[in-house]
Amino acid sequence: MSVQTTERVGLQNAQQLRTKTLPTWSPWAVAAAALVVSFVLVYLTSWGGAVLTGVVAAVLFVLFLGIAATVVEGSRSARNRMATTLIYGAFLLALAPLISVAWTLISKGTTRLDGNFFGTSMNNIGAFDEKGGAYHAIIGTLEQAGIATLITVPLGILGAIYIVEYGRGFLANAIRFFVDVMTGIPSIVSGLFILSFWVFTVTPLFNNGQARYSGFAAALSLSVLMLPTVVRSTEEMLRLVPSALREGAYALGVARWKTIVSIVLPTAGPGIVTGVMLAVARAAGETAPVLLVAGGLSSINFNVFSGNQSSLSLYVFEQAGVASEFAPGRAWTAALTLVVLVLVLTVAAKLLARRNKLAR
Amino acid sequence: MLFRGTATFAGSMVLIIIAAIAVFLVVKAIPAFQDDTENFFTFKEWFTDGDTPRFGIAATAFGTVLTAALALLIAVPVALGIALCLSHYAHRRVATTLSFIIDLLAAVPSVVFGLWGRDYFYEPVTNLSKWLHDTVGWLPIFGSEGPYGKSVLLGSIVLAIMILPIVTSLSREVFLQTPRENQEAALALGSTKWEMIRTAVIPYGKAGIIASVMLGLGRALGETIALALTLGSVFAINWDFLGPGGITIASNIANRFGEADEFGRSALIASGLVLFAITLVVNMAARAIVYRRREFVGSA
Repeated sequence: MSVQTTERVGLQNAQQLRTKTLPTWSPWAVAAAALVVSFVLVYLTSWGGAVLTGVVAAVLFVLFLGIAATVVEGSRSARNRMATTLIYGAFLLALAPLISVAWTLISKGTTRLDGNFFGTSMNNIGAFDEKGGAYHAIIGTLEQAGIATLITVPLGILGAIYIVEYGRGFLANAIRFFVDVMTGIPSIVSGLFILSFWVFTVTPLFNNGQARYSGFAAALSLSVLMLPTVVRSTEEMLRLVPSALREGAYALGVARWKTIVSIVLPTAGPGIVTGVMLAVARAAGETAPVLLVAGGLSSINFNVFSGNQSSLSLYVFEQAGVASEFAPGRAWTAALTLVVLVLVLTVAAKLLARRNKLAR
Repeated sequence: MLFRGTATFAGSMVLIIIAAIAVFLVVKAIPAFQDDTENFFTFKEWFTDGDTPRFGIAATAFGTVLTAALALLIAVPVALGIALCLSHYAHRRVATTLSFIIDLLAAVPSVVFGLWGRDYFYEPVTNLSKWLHDTVGWLPIFGSEGPYGKSVLLGSIVLAIMILPIVTSLSREVFLQTPRENQEAALALGSTKWEMIRTAVIPYGKAGIIASVMLGLGRALGETIALALTLGSVFAINWDFLGPGGITIASNIANRFGEADEFGRSALIASGLVLFAITLVVNMAARAIVYRRREFVGSA
């Protein structure tokens, strides 16, 4: 009997020790209450419509949940619950534009998804012509991004080799710092730089004093944007190569440069490729530099060294400004093409990174 | 030795390019500075044609700072919320997938966001502008009678969406670096999850958060095409968020470049020089914070 009593007393004590908590269904009840109150408030005062009801309900939900938790669980727990709600709320809020952009891209971007769009240029296409495509722009994007990659990759990898393998002291620190700073240079500034350097200063020298806009200039300004990204990602990959590999090669009498070329680089290879692909994806989507130094063109131009060129992103920008009922369809289809191109590169790079043994 | 020399040269290219950007922009901007008949830094409008060119960056610089500041104001709380959600709240597998999606969002070209903002997002923002004007129109910032649409509000919301991924992914990494001991100590002392985050995670990541916000700011200051499509391009300095208006240094360059003659382009290069200086300062400050922090973590 006495044992039973102690047990019962102990149980009561335990229940007193444990703080009271709201039942698990309470957030749902609070949400329903918030929705009802918000509906009444918004529609009775004819203050707004469905969207406002949702917003007011969300605010009331946080408020009511806080009040309920304060009464039952205490103020600390209430703050905890409100913070959790706000944090998940921020997440849902950010998903809205993402879904909206994706939906708009797919619904509007498929209007001109036909052979004509990918097979023709905008040459002789007037405001009342339904046809017209982005063939010239796709050529431009591929050529410019390709040349930019050819310029940037050797330079970027060698730069990273300097930082990791040779760099000591002030110069190496300065380079590392400015690689990070260079990542933040706006694309339009890179375009203006190539405009003043290549187009206005260098090309007049061998073009009878005339400034020459070209796809190559666009490739140059894209590579200014790609360089810091490539150096940074290559540097990180090179640092992951175990030093035992290098020491093993040195012990066998292999020269330093040969160790780097035949041991370090192949080991870091997949990671470097990932970084390069991400950089290409970013550069392919840039509009401003191409607008400034390649100028844009409505007909096909394969020659990157002479004459204006277009690119997919510039094409989107141009079509966005054309007063024709068919222009939005072209702009959105080109935007969809561009996004698919960029996302395929990005996803492939990320998948490659996941299979990279060095990084994991 | 040859290999080493080539590598050193390639590394130095970064320094050479940054120096060259400064030199060439200055050289090509000098004619514009010389022939400007108004004060370049205080004049608000932009007339580069004719015999007496009058132009200045006052309005565009103001617009650049205003839209970037508004975008940060909108984006930073949301981005920090998402970052905390990904680092401490969501299930790990869900968090990995969602971080991947956020990274994809960062890869979407800015022209796509600009087109979306101009063709689609325009409408909800117009409605929001009407509602704000009807409800709190007594505030000067919401005082405009319309027409609504291409405004500072639209531009800065689109800009906020664009800088969201970069601030999120950087601050998420900072939050993930919080030592487990600190977090467990806070929990062991009986703190709730939010108190643990407030007392252990956020103080530890403060420098990293500031750096990620400043990098977002650098991105926002230099954004061009999305703002060229969504701002109203009006040369004025005022606090009207809803009416047709808003302009930035970069959007002005993108919009005017096509019609500008050689002198007009030189003037645009001069304004680009100012943008370069601003972003360089912001980025260097952000990186300096990150570097100091790195040393601190290294010694801890």
